[in-house]
Amino acid sequence: MTVAAVAPRQWKKPPLIRRPWLRWALGLGVLIYLALALGTTEVNWARVWEGLPRGARFFAAFFPPNFTGRADDIAEGIFESLSMTVTSTVIGIAISIPIGLGAAKNIAPAAVYYFCRGILAISRSFQEIILAIFFVKLFGFGPFAGAVTLSFATVGFYGKLLAEDIEDMDPATAEAVRATGAGWVQWINYAVQPQVMPRMIGLGLYRFDINFRESAIVGIVGAGGIGATLDTAFNRYEFDSAAAILLIIIGIVMLVEYSSGYVRRWVQ
Amino acid sequence: MAVELRHGTRVWHRRERGAELAIWAIWLAGTAMFVYCCQLISDKTIWPFVADATAQAADLAVRMLPPDWGFIGALGRPLWDTLNMATLGTALAVTLATPVAYCAARNTTPSVALVRPIALFIIVSSRSINALIWALMLVTIIGPGVLAGILAIGLRSIGFCAKLLYEAIEEIDERQVEAVRATGATGAQVTTYGIIPQILPAFAGISVFRWDINIRESTVLGLVGAGGIGLPLNASITTLSWTRVSLILLIIIATVILSEWVSAKVRHAII
Repeated sequence: MTVAAVAPRQWKKPPLIRRPWLRWALGLGVLIYLALALGTTEVNWARVWEGLPRGARFFAAFFPPNFTGRADDIAEGIFESLSMTVTSTVIGIAISIPIGLGAAKNIAPAAVYYFCRGILAISRSFQEIILAIFFVKLFGFGPFAGAVTLSFATVGFYGKLLAEDIEDMDPATAEAVRATGAGWVQWINYAVQPQVMPRMIGLGLYRFDINFRESAIVGIVGAGGIGATLDTAFNRYEFDSAAAILLIIIGIVMLVEYSSGYVRRWVQ
Repeated sequence: MAVELRHGTRVWHRRERGAELAIWAIWLAGTAMFVYCCQLISDKTIWPFVADATAQAADLAVRMLPPDWGFIGALGRPLWDTLNMATLGTALAVTLATPVAYCAARNTTPSVALVRPIALFIIVSSRSINALIWALMLVTIIGPGVLAGILAIGLRSIGFCAKLLYEAIEEIDERQVEAVRATGATGAQVTTYGIIPQILPAFAGISVFRWDINIRESTVLGLVGAGGIGLPLNASITTLSWTRVSLILLIIIATVILSEWVSAKVRHAII
C-alpha cells in the first residue's frame, strides 16, 4: 500500500452553523440585506464634507475644555441631574418592592402575578425618552417630569429582577421559616429578604448608575438635568462647553461605577 | 454574636453596638440627602402644572384615540431606516469592538502597561455616553440623517460589545491555546484555531443581544434629527397630531417586541 492512498483525508475547522443550506442561506440573506440597506441609505456627502472642519473644531475643543465659561449653568444642570438620580432611584425601588413581590410566581397568587407582570411589561417597553415626552406634557417642564420618568423606568427594571431573584431563591429556607409558624410579613422579612438582599443592593447601585446616565439625556426633551445644558451648548456650537460637560458626565459615571463596585464587594 | 446584659438577663442583638450605630448613621445621611434632593426638585417645579396632570392625561387620551391608521403608509420608510440604523450600527460596532476587546483582554493584549489602558478607556468613554448624546454630537458635525444615526449607534455599542467580548476572551480555556501553540502554530494561527472558535458563540450572542437593544435605541434617535421613526414622531408631537403619535408608539412597541422575540430565538439557537 502506498502512502498516497491513505493520506487524502484533510481536517477542516467545523463551522459555527452545522447545516450547510442554513449557512449558505444566511450568508446570502446577509449579502442581499446589506446591498438593500446600503443602497437605500441616503447620505448627503456634501453636508458630511462641510461638517468635517466642524468636527475637527469639536475635537480641538477638548484641549482644553472650557469649564468656566458656563460654570453656573453646568453646575446647576449637574446638581439637577444628581438630585433626579437620587430621588428617582429611591422612589423607584420603593415602588418596585411590592410589585416585584407580586410578580414572583412562587409567592404570589395567579391574579396578582399577572397584574404585576403586566405593570412591569408596560414600564419596560417604553424608552425613557418617550416616557419623558409624555411626563413633560403632563407635569410641565423641569426636573419633576424627569424624576417621574426615571422612577417609572426603575420600577420596570428593578421589579423584574427582584421577581426573578425571588423565584430563584432556596425554597428550603422559606419552608423552614414557615414551619416555625411565622406570619406572611415575618416570612417575607426573615426567609425571603435575607436571600435576595445582597444581590438587590448591588442592582440598586447599578440602577443608580443607569439613572444618572439617563438623567443626562431626558433634558433634551425638557425634563431637566444636564441634558438641556448640553443640548443648548451643541445648538449654539459652543463646543468647548459641550466638551466640558461630556468630560464631567464621563467622570461622574466612572466615579459611580467604581464606587458602586467597591460597595458591592463590601456588601457581598 | 452580640449579647448585652440588661437587668441581669442576657439580651440577643443582631449586631454589635458600633455596627448598629454606623448603620443608623448611614441611614440618617441617606435620608437627609434624599430629602435635600426632593427639596431641590420641588423648588424647580411649578406645582399648579403638576396638580392638573390628571386632567391633562384625560385630555391627551381623548386626543390620541383612535390611532390615525391612514398614516401607516408613510411610516414604512422611516421604519426601514430605523432597522438599518440598528443593524448597520451593530455591524460597525462589533467590527470595531473586536480589536479593542483583543487589546483589552489580559491574556491576548500586546502590552498590559500601554495598550490595555487605552482599550479600557475607549470602552469606558463609549459606554458612558448615551446613543442620543452621540447622535446630538454627530448631527451637529455631519448633518442630520441616517448616517449620523448609524455612527451614533455604532459608537455607543463599541464599549458594550468590547466589554462583554473581552470578558469572554479572558474566560477561554488556556489549555486549548497551549495545545495549538505546541503544534508549532504562529501567532495568527493560534488566534484563528485556538481563540476564535472558543469565543465565536459568545460573539454571536453579544451581537444579537446588542442588536435588540439598538433597535430600541434607534427608535428615538430621530428626536435629535438622526433619522428613523423618531423623525415622524417628533414631527407629530410638534404639530400636536396626537392620533399619529399613538400610531407611531404602537408601531414602536410592536417592533421592540418583535426584535426581542427574534433575539431570544437566535440566542437560544446559539447557546
